[in-house]
Amino acid sequence: MSAVPARRWSPPPLIASPLLRYALYGGVALYLVLALGTVEINWARISEGADRAVRLFAAFLQPDFTSRWGDIQSGLLESLTMTVTSTIVGVAISIPFGIGAARNIAPLPVYAFCRAFIAVSRSLQEVIVAILLVVLFGFGPFAGFLTLAFATIGFLAKLLAEDIEDIDPAPLEAIRATGAGWWQVLTYAVLPQVAPRLIGLSMYRVDINFRESAVIGIVGAGGIGATLNTAMDRYEFDSAAAVLLIIIGIVLACEYVSGFIRAKVQ
Amino acid sequence: MLVIENLTKRYATGDLAIDGVTLSVPAGQVVGLIGPSGAGKSSLIRCVNRLVEPSEGAIRLGDADLAKLSRGALGQARRRMGMIFQEYALVDRLTVMENVLSGRLGYVGFWRSFLRRFPQGDIDRAFSVLERVGLTEHVDKRADALSGGQRQRVGIARALVQEPDLLLVDEPTASLDPKTSRQIMRLIVEICAERRLAAIVNIHDVALAQMFVQRIVGLRKGKVVFDGPPDGLTPEALTEIYGAEDWAATMRRVEDEDEASNAPATPVLALA
Ligand SMILES: Nc1ncnc2c1ncn2[C@@H]1O[C@H](COP(=O)(O)OP(=O)(O)OP(=O)(O)O)[C@@H](O)[C@H]1O
Ligand SMILES: [Mg+2]
Repeated sequence: MSAVPARRWSPPPLIASPLLRYALYGGVALYLVLALGTVEINWARISEGADRAVRLFAAFLQPDFTSRWGDIQSGLLESLTMTVTSTIVGVAISIPFGIGAARNIAPLPVYAFCRAFIAVSRSLQEVIVAILLVVLFGFGPFAGFLTLAFATIGFLAKLLAEDIEDIDPAPLEAIRATGAGWWQVLTYAVLPQVAPRLIGLSMYRVDINFRESAVIGIVGAGGIGATLNTAMDRYEFDSAAAVLLIIIGIVLACEYVSGFIRAKVQ
Repeated sequence: MLVIENLTKRYATGDLAIDGVTLSVPAGQVVGLIGPSGAGKSSLIRCVNRLVEPSEGAIRLGDADLAKLSRGALGQARRRMGMIFQEYALVDRLTVMENVLSGRLGYVGFWRSFLRRFPQGDIDRAFSVLERVGLTEHVDKRADALSGGQRQRVGIARALVQEPDLLLVDEPTASLDPKTSRQIMRLIVEICAERRLAAIVNIHDVALAQMFVQRIVGLRKGKVVFDGPPDGLTPEALTEIYGAEDWAATMRRVEDEDEASNAPATPVLALA
């Protein structure tokens, strides 16, 4: 057997023209250098911040649960109430919106309306919605509840609609072919196919809503976020650390429980 | 009795799937509908129960013209037509019983069906068809826990529990092994005879069709090009339907299979 010379191969470059390729690399590098030059770095502030960072992290080693326990407890209770109620209400409303936004089962006008509503809900970040609703309804957990319910609808309705659009069309036709009405097709052919994921997503939304409740509290929508904000404003880093630890603990617990439930319904 | 007159279907994409088909199927007759892929077989049976809207023509089942029914009347008419699918089209996460009872949805109100409170009569019907297709042991299993052959039996039970006058069957055996295919075809044909159902069965396996049906209709490019008894399918007729090919092998296979099914089963053992 005669030796066959090894044939070399390397993947083709993403940009074929070498000139353009190196021009782009050079351009990116230049931009980075110039951009970094425009960032004003205030070393005095950085050292001040570093000082505070040391205190903050020191506080984490000794979180203080007791001195502000009353505030923490009521904030926590508000946050949990907000989370549960907004998830339940949000899920309940997102189901009809999700069904309406699925092109394969909803008539066009309904589809257009539901999609538009979902788009609005999703384009507004929670914090912005919370600021608006705090202006409308005043400080406190009611504004937070509305914010989270609104965000839940956008999130869940969109995913549900996409899920419905992806279902196996064969059972849908088969149920239709038996003479079943629209609602029966929905409950026999569509819901069984999407129910497990709907339950899973709702559980997932519970922990998103709890985390968000901490964020929107900072802009005045009540809950544990408000407590955290107050503690920070007073430089009570040890109490703030306690709040953060509690938030982390609850989020972990939610995640564990929702993972467990999702595994069960598959 | 199903009467199709001058049926035409042109899809929105411009494909002329069915081109002036006229066909009548008396009660109790099983018609095998054959033809190359894209000939319009699925489109034809879907026009009958209006899963696809026909463009022109009349479809009569009894007195009603199915092609002209309003939405509301369509639901009523669909109850009289059972459909059986290639990939079974069961709802996987529902049980066998729920899948079968879904054949009664056209007769039952929304809340009763939603709460699974079907009238006793429907439950009796469901048990009796499950017994007929041989699935009484699997009533509460989920549909996705069954084999292909069992799933198709559920599909047949769902169609039968409707107590239809007509069965529309789209390639019932295309996903099944040869033996199960025969069992399923035999079951469909026997049931049609017992209940005097008219049936249109789309099928790619010409030999299998010849073995079981009383009449074959050949479709090519949306037109009927053959209509006759199974043994009228000569090589010329097959060429007319499918285009030129050496059909001798197909024909021989039919004869071999006929012999095999007549012969006693013991020689196989003797050989082993
Ligand atoms: N929903 C649709 N929209 C547009 N064109 C379609 C649609 N369904 C079928 N067609 C076209 O109609 C023609 C007939 O298709 P049909 O599915 O009825 O054929 P078939 O005989 O059942 O084929 P097969 O044996 O492969 O199942 C084809 O040309 C196909 O492209
Ligand atoms: Mg087909």
